Amino acid sequence: MTARSQAAALAAPAVAILGGVAVAPVLAAAWLSLHRSILVFHEQRFAGLDNYRFLVADGRFWSALGTTAYFTAVAVAAELVLGLPVAVLLQRGGGLLRAAVLLPWAVPTAVSARMWAWLFNADYGLLHRILPAVDWLGSPRIALHAAILVDVWKTTPFVALLLLAGLQAIPEEVLQAARVDGARPARVFFSIALPLLRPAILLALLFRSLDAFRVFDAIYVLTEGGPANATETLSIYAYKTLMRSGDFGYGSALSVATFACVVALGLVWLRVLGRRP
Amino acid sequence: MRRALAACAVLAFFLGPLAWQALTSLWPEPELTRPLPHSLTFASYAGLGGTFARAVLNSLIVAAGTTALCLAAGASAAFAIAKLDLPGKRVLLGGALAISMFPPIATVSPLYLALRAAGLRDTLAGLVLPYATFALPLTLWLLTSFFRGLPDELYRAARVDGCTPWQAFVHVFLPLSWPALATSAILVFIFSWNELLYALTFISTPSRRTIPVAIALFAGEHVEPWGQIAAASMVATLPLAALTLLFQRRIVSGLTAGAVKE
Repeated sequence: MTARSQAAALAAPAVAILGGVAVAPVLAAAWLSLHRSILVFHEQRFAGLDNYRFLVADGRFWSALGTTAYFTAVAVAAELVLGLPVAVLLQRGGGLLRAAVLLPWAVPTAVSARMWAWLFNADYGLLHRILPAVDWLGSPRIALHAAILVDVWKTTPFVALLLLAGLQAIPEEVLQAARVDGARPARVFFSIALPLLRPAILLALLFRSLDAFRVFDAIYVLTEGGPANATETLSIYAYKTLMRSGDFGYGSALSVATFACVVALGLVWLRVLGRRP
Repeated sequence: MRRALAACAVLAFFLGPLAWQALTSLWPEPELTRPLPHSLTFASYAGLGGTFARAVLNSLIVAAGTTALCLAAGASAAFAIAKLDLPGKRVLLGGALAISMFPPIATVSPLYLALRAAGLRDTLAGLVLPYATFALPLTLWLLTSFFRGLPDELYRAARVDGCTPWQAFVHVFLPLSWPALATSAILVFIFSWNELLYALTFISTPSRRTIPVAIALFAGEHVEPWGQIAAASMVATLPLAALTLLFQRRIVSGLTAGAVKE
């Protein structure tokens, strides 16, 4: 065997697995979405773009898209705003503080959502006892924000760690020079450190927004998309269509639409990242 | 002083909910209506029973299986990318990164049909392969950047000594790479332990549920058994808390690898 074919042989299992469980299924989902396919009736026939015609006119789809976009924008913004001071704190803090902050990230989302559901509980929950006027999960206007709070609790640590890595990459001499020139700490932070942190911030935005856009676990456990579909995101709607209604054709169309949104979002971020400040 | 206050606020926000859950798990169920318990008990833990113990075992099996598969496939591929003349290596790395960003819902319907056709739906083995969608890209990136950090002379010297590329990988590079393998293993284990959507979709038999599914679907006969849910949450969190405390440095460096360099 030549060295080159040995290299190919070493990489082949990974390529085969990624192709088999990720690339092929995405293509297969696109193909399925062109069919009318109801699982329990064993019905499957080619339907062209029927599912997409239905999708464009489906108010529930647009509402789920709006909910997902709102969830993503608010959650990621909050995580960034909270993550920055936490990162600054971690830079001075010891390993124990870092481990403590990392803990919510390591807790399974399903577990943390159940934990918060108990805090939100409308009879005996701790948050309900503190703020009895707020119906956390029962009110359509508040429930989505409760889900955002759970996401912020769980993923701010990740954002903080990314920003911390960025902070640590800033040479101390740069900050020192500004201080010697008489700049005050706030000024050093906002005029020197923050611009140098731009790549880390953009990277956190990229990772987090793509991740938040596919949100499923927290909302499934907290509200299953309720009340009155107020928290139904694209992943939840697609899941219900696939697994509850057994409609694999339209469910796949919803999956493909979600995928397309994530790809579009990713491309936008890559363009922003590629641009030099 | 101000920094200490800020640290306390941060700790209260991140650890407070977990502490309350720990207290709830020890709270006698009939007393949950009170603001605070009068006494503490392990009754909620004792009441979890065999079904939840099965879920813990199932999660261990799936997470261990995913970790083994992804390290085996990922290490050799990462070595080929970092040290060998592999055509299309940039496409492979970029593709893997893109795949890790795929929303799992995008692949759920065909994977369901494929697993059903292969007789793997509703089996633990049927979860391991789909878990590679998020676990393998991570392994690939971490190990590639590790192998790139090792000197090329090491590979040339091994070749001069008569090693084939495969032998150089197994006898020279693999023994050196245990720190990176450990970091990848810890992260893959945590991500697999926490996965919900695939497990929820592909597993239907209650005794084959993993922990996140068991906790998501935890239900009592009449009322929500909050004490038992809290106890189950604690059991699910404990191994992760231990991993986090022990390997905090490794986890942080693995999560942020590349973020600094790129």
